[in-house]
Amino acid sequence: MNQAVDKLTVADYSSDQEVRWCPGCGDYAILKTIQKLMPELNQAKENHVFVSGIGCSSRFPYYMNTYGFHTIHGRAPSVATGVKLANPDLDVWVITGDGDALSIGGNHTMHALRRNVDLNILLFNNEIYGLTKGQYSPTSKVGTRSPSTPEGSVDRPLSPCAIALGAGAPFVARSIDTEMKHLSPVVKESYLHKGASFVEILQNCPIYNDGIFEQVKDKKIAPDFRIEVEHGQPLLFGKDNNKGIRLNRESLELEVVTLGDDASLEEILVHDKTSITQANLLAAMQGPDFPVAVGILYHRPASAYVSDLEQQRLSLRESRGEGKLQELLSSGHIWEVK
Amino acid sequence: MSAETQETVAKASHSPESQALEDVVVRFAGDSGDGMQLTGSNFTEVTALFGNDLATFPDFPAEIRAPAGSTFGVSAFQIYFGSEDITTSGDAVDVLVAMNPAALTTNLETVVPGGLVIADAGAFNEKNLKKANYDSNPLEDGSLDAYRLLTIDIHSQVLAAVEEFEIGHKAALRCKNMWTLGLVLWLFDREKATTIENLQRKFASKPDIANANIAALNAGHAYGETAELPTGVNVYKVPKAKVAPGIYRNVNGTQALAWGLIAGGQLANINLLFASYPITPASGLLHALAARKEFDVTTFQAEDEIAAVCAAIGASFAGSLGITSSAGPGIALKTEAISLAVSAELPLVVVNTQRGGPSTGLPTKTEQSDLLQAFYGRHGDTPLPVIASSSPSDCFEVAIEAVRIATKYMTPVMLLSDGYISNASEPWLIPDIKDFAAFPVEFRTEPEGFNPSLRDPQSLARVWAKPGTPGLEHRIGGIEKSYETGNISYDPDNHQLMTDTRQAKVAGISTDIPEQEVALGESKGKLAVVGWGSTFGPIHQAVKRCRLEGLDVSHIHVRYLSPFPANLHALLADFDKVLVPEMNTGQLVKILRSEFLIDAKGLNKVSGQPFKIREITNAIKAELA
Repeated sequence: MNQAVDKLTVADYSSDQEVRWCPGCGDYAILKTIQKLMPELNQAKENHVFVSGIGCSSRFPYYMNTYGFHTIHGRAPSVATGVKLANPDLDVWVITGDGDALSIGGNHTMHALRRNVDLNILLFNNEIYGLTKGQYSPTSKVGTRSPSTPEGSVDRPLSPCAIALGAGAPFVARSIDTEMKHLSPVVKESYLHKGASFVEILQNCPIYNDGIFEQVKDKKIAPDFRIEVEHGQPLLFGKDNNKGIRLNRESLELEVVTLGDDASLEEILVHDKTSITQANLLAAMQGPDFPVAVGILYHRPASAYVSDLEQQRLSLRESRGEGKLQELLSSGHIWEVK
Repeated sequence: MSAETQETVAKASHSPESQALEDVVVRFAGDSGDGMQLTGSNFTEVTALFGNDLATFPDFPAEIRAPAGSTFGVSAFQIYFGSEDITTSGDAVDVLVAMNPAALTTNLETVVPGGLVIADAGAFNEKNLKKANYDSNPLEDGSLDAYRLLTIDIHSQVLAAVEEFEIGHKAALRCKNMWTLGLVLWLFDREKATTIENLQRKFASKPDIANANIAALNAGHAYGETAELPTGVNVYKVPKAKVAPGIYRNVNGTQALAWGLIAGGQLANINLLFASYPITPASGLLHALAARKEFDVTTFQAEDEIAAVCAAIGASFAGSLGITSSAGPGIALKTEAISLAVSAELPLVVVNTQRGGPSTGLPTKTEQSDLLQAFYGRHGDTPLPVIASSSPSDCFEVAIEAVRIATKYMTPVMLLSDGYISNASEPWLIPDIKDFAAFPVEFRTEPEGFNPSLRDPQSLARVWAKPGTPGLEHRIGGIEKSYETGNISYDPDNHQLMTDTRQAKVAGISTDIPEQEVALGESKGKLAVVGWGSTFGPIHQAVKRCRLEGLDVSHIHVRYLSPFPANLHALLADFDKVLVPEMNTGQLVKILRSEFLIDAKGLNKVSGQPFKIREITNAIKAELA
């Protein structure tokens, strides 16, 4: 089996279905990254299951030559939980979007993470409803003009990573659609993590929300608008790598400082991916005052739901023995009529 | 003589003076905290062990702990037992035990004139009388003259009986129910031993409490033997019933359904994932299965109804059988996902333990008003099989059938039960599991020629290929699929073909279920009384009584509701009239009329209570007049 796994290539993971996203959609780049990553994961193809909800991103499973289930709006985490409960040996992926995972399916996302079901959740965040033609989404910035908010949206967006952390996800990361070199290792780490993992992928919608992430993607300006976090490394960024993140010990808030100008290297916060407090602060950072944090924000393994259940079942079977139905039916008070 | 008076006369002959009775209805009523359900279930067990046929109906309030003494906090347990076959929990009450004024005022109208009322005089104080809206004490003002009244200060009796155990005043008073049970056991000439064993087991870790309860039980029993009771209050003799030989047990609908699902899983050779969200009165099924992890069943308490059904669907995709369960409002939430299972052609069992609706309605009361929801309550043209259990023990076989149909036809199956069935209990001739034919599931493993749209030419069931199987990687989903390849298809002709195929698949099940039989009576005649679900019991008794009077009436009970058995139309056409009693405003009757173009007539009741036998005998007589 392993030999066969070793020989697989991108082509083996591409289904025969024509990809039907709009030209220029960020989803193409994500698909390519995942298809390329698959052979590296050293897992039999038939053990991967991709489950999705509804939306542009949720077409993803059709293009993967693995097992896949394109379900209904918002419910992919629940269907995926059922898959994992039925067969814990499967590697279960959830492909979802900002509307799917955080609006109609917010409850299921929250509970899959809370329970720590061993799922790899990839959330394609384009801050817009694409498939229904451009309405604003729960992650759209205030002022987003859309067919349903012609004067601009007035309600505040939520941060997918902050939600995931709040729900208790043990693995939370953020990456970018077109940056395979960043995205691929982040997704690989999320796959290797046993338990729920959550990766927010900033994804460009060229039709309804084009350029929304340009600040963090445009090579010319991105260094000043994003910070690539790495465990054990100081939180430095900027074109000249001379800007840093410092914790204000009075307000317990983060602040951006310039090395040599108003701070020394020792004062710069060192990324600790096992710190939930730091992860929460990093997840909340947003422009223009702060750089957007990408990379693995939080990773603290915890025992996973389905394996804990299995453990319970095993110890129970040990004490009770295998269930015998006829004995069960005849348990308690019985009487004979002659 | 009207049906009403006949009934009264027949019941009056049940008066305690006659001593030997064919059957009797006892109702225990008290405060939620008085332990009436425990009293009732202990009495039921003793009665079953004695050899009577019986049926019970617990009737408890929606409030977990209603204020003491309030009328809405009254909890009751009714048992109907006798020497003939018993299929309902009884119409009129022969013996009412009222532990306080609220229990008396809310239950007195169910008592037959001349019936015995046992009241705890100790609870009929000014405060409790006021809470029950009594201006004067009914135990003293003559307002109960139509009944045989036995008033005992059970409060004082109990306190005296358990004094030696020094368990405190409050705990001592909690033994009231066992004192009362002791008296009722004496009244029906029953043994105390089983109850004593139960108490020892229940309070194994608190021997003082166990002993106090046992002392109370003994004291109640001794009171009956020794006290000078009013004229006419004497030991009742209810002979054993003539029932088929074999090993019996008591079973309620929840237990039987849980065990039936486990049995179905074994017969299908498949693991079960039972995913559910708490809702009254369906939660019991989740509890029953969660306690049975030594079998191949996993339970999952989901975050909501939608997650529950979706997890079940995910499990079915992965090669287990997904089962979900709820009551009407929860089923409404699940319907989008049920349609996904229809479209993806995955097996799924959906259990609806119906309750009074709409909305929150009457959560603890029974109704069968979700039939139209089961038939039609989904978007799109989305047919699925519907099957209903008729009694607590019938749940066992119905659950097995639901599993068989779901796995054989790769379809969701709606299994309808209701609040009455799930809580009521009856003696059950324990089946031998070896008597059931196995129906093992076959998963596809052969990659050659595989695609996910392959169908069994006979059943039209789609192929089941589970993730993890090499070479069968495929995608399914809710978008319309090509009949040929299983890939997404928006082709107009294909959608017509797929819609027709889904209809034909479900319609074809009619040849794979038993022919419709007549439950009682001839297969043609003047009147067929057609029922489904838990109305079986009262309809059966009513038809039996009317036939004894020489009326030309038959009882037809429909278990398979969608599709109907192939011969149902022809069978009904052989009757001049069709009467359909239902605990709704007329749902099966609508379907029968529209499917078969017959002039079926409804008899409808939505009071949250099961039909009384006489309500149906009256309707039968009116039809045949």
